Amino acid sequence: MWRHIFMVSTMNSSTTDVFDAWWGWPPPVLDPAGPYADNVVVLAWALFAMGVIVTGIVVVALYVAIRGPARWKAKLGGERLVWIGGVAFPGVVLTCLLVWGLWLTSSLTQPMPDGAMRVRVTGYMWWFDVEYLGPDGDVIMRDANELHIPVGQPVVVELQSEDVIHSFWVPNLSGKEDMIPGRTNELVIEADRPGRFGGVCAEYCGGPHALMGFVAVAHEQADWAAWLAGRSMTPPAIAEQDVPGTVPALRPAAAADAADDAAIAANGRTLFMESGCAACHRVAGTEANGIAGPDLTHVGSRLTLGAGILPNNRGTMIGWIGDSQSIKPGNRMPSYDMLSADELTAIAIWLEQQR
Amino acid sequence: MALSVMLCACLAGCKQPPGPRYVPDEAAAARGRAAIERVGCGACHAIPGIGWPRGRTGPSLDGFRDIGLIAGALPNTPANLAAFVRNAPRVKPGSTMPAMPLSEEESRDVAAYLYGLDDE
Repeated sequence: MWRHIFMVSTMNSSTTDVFDAWWGWPPPVLDPAGPYADNVVVLAWALFAMGVIVTGIVVVALYVAIRGPARWKAKLGGERLVWIGGVAFPGVVLTCLLVWGLWLTSSLTQPMPDGAMRVRVTGYMWWFDVEYLGPDGDVIMRDANELHIPVGQPVVVELQSEDVIHSFWVPNLSGKEDMIPGRTNELVIEADRPGRFGGVCAEYCGGPHALMGFVAVAHEQADWAAWLAGRSMTPPAIAEQDVPGTVPALRPAAAADAADDAAIAANGRTLFMESGCAACHRVAGTEANGIAGPDLTHVGSRLTLGAGILPNNRGTMIGWIGDSQSIKPGNRMPSYDMLSADELTAIAIWLEQQR
Repeated sequence: MALSVMLCACLAGCKQPPGPRYVPDEAAAARGRAAIERVGCGACHAIPGIGWPRGRTGPSLDGFRDIGLIAGALPNTPANLAAFVRNAPRVKPGSTMPAMPLSEEESRDVAAYLYGLDDE
């Protein structure tokens, strides 16, 4: 019923933006979109219900103890009630809940399904590196702060960290699991409907921890195949795509004002390489091969900037490059306030084309 | 008698105060606020009522209705403001602010929100 009302209201509001992934009713943590999250939510509701029942019993007992008739008070203070209500009842109820809870959530700790799609997500202060793994465990594509999966298929996420302990949590898809330096934890997620699901780092990791976000996007199988095909894993040869000083190949999404943008983008590319961006960021097919910051090979098609926190458009890109410290204070990218407005715009336009 | 004639003359000499530049429209302002959050205007601008982000790449948008010129270039009218937030380079060539992914209606809503911000 509530979900129905919510769906109608979201359908009417024409916003289908990424921030629906985090907000709205029901909250993501109570809105499972897959079998693993389902179990967590059922358990949460059961524990909540037990909490309400026990609180109710305590309140009634308290009322009786203060205002009740003397005969009831005597019973309440009797040894028999202490044995039944104080020992037997909680013993039986808690044991049942424990056994049932372990049984319910056993799927979360089962051996990883064989042949499942595998992804490695590595936590950094304060963003997520995402590597899609091939059948042999080799990296077939790199991305950041965003994970695309097909619906109806379990996906094994290998969780690692490069610095401190982070925790990977996409509430719609599963419980949370720590990302610990020096070891690999595995988590299975699965979506049973397409959609965008917000994620966060769920373990305080310093500074802008609260601005360390993530988006998981679940596609129908056919859309998933198309999405994958659209992201060629083999970087185009340098001669073909981007030679410094020449006009890079334009991609369809940059349609409007394309002629202007193409010339500006070539300049943006040069600026990107010469202003220091390339020292921390990798763009496949170019000489930019830094690994300290998020991979920008596909940044133009990402839903968010700054690790799941800003919508991705030319304006937010300019603002992020120009003064990311005012947006995400303490993040490891300096504010590029030494660049002119034209230079910021040129870099933003070139990055927009990296899809 | 003479006094009242003088008073009338004085009053007639006074012009009406200029009318407000905008008509408050709370529904439009609410939609405008949602649009501002959706496209991330805060990445570059500190905007009253938007807690985060409060970017510093562009100017603060505090008290917009009392500003003389939009971006130092355009007379401050709701229509100009709507046109500017939608496609700034078109109305102010050379503007750092790029075209934003807003519909015409949304840009009018954004202007309504910004005009609702009072300095006081």
